[in-house]
Amino acid sequence: MSEVADRIKEIIKPENLVYAKSPVLNDDIMHYCPGCSHGVVHRLIAEVIEEMGIQEQTIGISPVGCAVFAYNYIDIDWQEAAHGRAPAVATGIKRVMPDKYVFTYQGDGDLAAIGTAETFHAVNRGENIVMIFINNAIYGMTGGQMAPTTLVGQVTATTPNGRDVDLNGYPLRITELLAQLPGAAFVTRQSVQNPAAVRKTKKAIRKAFEIQAMKKGTAFVEVVSTCSSGWKLSPVESNKWMEENMFPQYPLGDLKDSSRADADLYRIKG
Amino acid sequence: MGELRLMKGNEVIAEAAIRCGCDAYFGYPITPQSEIMETLMAHRPWEESGMVVLQAESEIASIHMVYGAAGSGKRVMTSSSSPGISLMAEGISYMAGAELPCVIVNVQRGGPGLGTIQPSQADYNQATKGGGHGDYSLIVLAPASVQEMHDFVILGFELAFKYLTPVMILADGVIGQLMEKVELIDQRPRWTNEQVAEISGNWATIGKSASRKKHIITSLELDSSIMEQNNIRLQEKYSLIRSQEVRYEAISCDDAEYIIVAFGSSARICQKTVQIARKKGVKVGLIRPITLFPFPEKIIAEYAAKVKGFLSVEFNAGQMVNDIRLAVNGKTKVEYFGRMGGIVPTPDEVETALEQKLLRG
Amino acid sequence: MAKVRGAVVVDTEVCKGCNLCVVACPTQTLALNRNVNNKGYHYSYMENPENCTGCTNCAAVCPDSCITVYRAKFEN
Repeated sequence: MSEVADRIKEIIKPENLVYAKSPVLNDDIMHYCPGCSHGVVHRLIAEVIEEMGIQEQTIGISPVGCAVFAYNYIDIDWQEAAHGRAPAVATGIKRVMPDKYVFTYQGDGDLAAIGTAETFHAVNRGENIVMIFINNAIYGMTGGQMAPTTLVGQVTATTPNGRDVDLNGYPLRITELLAQLPGAAFVTRQSVQNPAAVRKTKKAIRKAFEIQAMKKGTAFVEVVSTCSSGWKLSPVESNKWMEENMFPQYPLGDLKDSSRADADLYRIKG
Repeated sequence: MGELRLMKGNEVIAEAAIRCGCDAYFGYPITPQSEIMETLMAHRPWEESGMVVLQAESEIASIHMVYGAAGSGKRVMTSSSSPGISLMAEGISYMAGAELPCVIVNVQRGGPGLGTIQPSQADYNQATKGGGHGDYSLIVLAPASVQEMHDFVILGFELAFKYLTPVMILADGVIGQLMEKVELIDQRPRWTNEQVAEISGNWATIGKSASRKKHIITSLELDSSIMEQNNIRLQEKYSLIRSQEVRYEAISCDDAEYIIVAFGSSARICQKTVQIARKKGVKVGLIRPITLFPFPEKIIAEYAAKVKGFLSVEFNAGQMVNDIRLAVNGKTKVEYFGRMGGIVPTPDEVETALEQKLLRG
Repeated sequence: MAKVRGAVVVDTEVCKGCNLCVVACPTQTLALNRNVNNKGYHYSYMENPENCTGCTNCAAVCPDSCITVYRAKFEN
């Protein structure tokens, strides 16, 4: 036993460090529930900011929803937006400070329900911003009500018998719609339920920030996520439920990877 | 002497914004103020100074773009008319809560609802009592001339940054569409990044340097004891504004037995009424509140002890009259006269109302 | 022959016992402790430390960034 303990002591030395929390993350304990995808995505954003060396040039916009307090965790300047208005706030910031890195961090209710207009028009203008979209198919902060992305049959606090298309309409695949807009440069859908997925999502977020630097148009990263509390499952069960139910409706992968469209395609003849 | 021009009220808002070094304008078209954005777009100030002019997808988006840019320490403005201001109420409340400076122009039209595109002053209560949710006030400036449309853009930015609060220019369709001579200020440069850092560097989100803590622009605070302190701080700011920033014009009040109180274009009509009444031998004066918040309650209270009555003349159903009554506090009679729905009363009509409601009443 | 050995350090007061690292660990190094932290969570710990290769999978999926990973090569 002591041999093992000695071995561990030998391994745990600064020169052997292979992973530690990014200094761009604050030490505050996150308010999220155990297993919440928000924490992972926050960490990935912080790591990208650290690796790109842009902590002093980045301004985040937090939404209304569980991630409203994102500003407590990532050590950059932040603005907290009204519900759904983060893309408009980001537009205001980016237009007056075009050389800064500006990103929004929004949930499905914020981005795809109350803020649909702001989302569409920011992307359609090709604002040089990054938009991070956490889609967990439920309203977490207000206690598990139906989201625009709630699946048909999914039970929530406001769809106690499951989402009914006759009553509630269909799950909104907003990311597919946004990929059609000429202002979008990079539109992708990722997840964070296992190490490989996490690494892919981090690459996508990094790419999104690099696209912003190149001023190629809007970079949009959806992360299909879990909400254990809202779904009333354990974090591990939530990941399984997500893979079985969310992924068929919200398939992973890049939906657009180019740059915003050439204006001449849309120009009048004379 | 600055450059003299004959200009429309709405156009001069745009001209003054460019000349005073405004950094950005975000707006959405609505009658009767669309010339503001049209004039800005025609001037293309982004080519000269880098000033941003952007047509947003809605008034809601406009005000939140203003929020974002103002949070970056920039001098930002928007403009709209009554229904558009209702849509902006959310963002205005957030800006008051987050203590962000900006200038908002409301060229009022008649309501409620879609109402009419004709001039009105029916947004007095909305403007002076906050307009959105929560305990907050805006500084509200009421221009009565094209010159004041110009001057209040400049004054508005000064006050907005002095107190870190949104400032509203509450104009109406008459002043917006009126053409008058105006003296323009010379072009001033926009603030440099260094100036922004010097002026707003202790709160603005301009990028967190290694030497300071992060800045967070927010109105959110879930700890009730801190939230109460935030509210108390706001109220102290409004008290300071009440004590420091009251502006009004008093015309022929020294010997007056009756005083008309009117703001904006209503005050111009009432100025003629004062002349008509005085020709008939009735000693009438006019108090024109220039700041509707802070309201010139002290001067009205002082005259309350001397005059036989006040007549509030408004293009609405009687909104400012309540603030006059509060200031007068029962010491003398306070009556209201006004027209609604986009009707602008004539000076004679006001004079008749004065006789009926105060002299004979 | 050189062998890569790892070790993880869990900030037990930050850990919320979500179990995602335990599932993500390919070598069954981690488990949730029977004991709880000050918030009442069964925190993650190295139940089988000799298995750890320092692959960082646990840290990758950790929502609370409470895992630090070390790795070293040994000759025996």
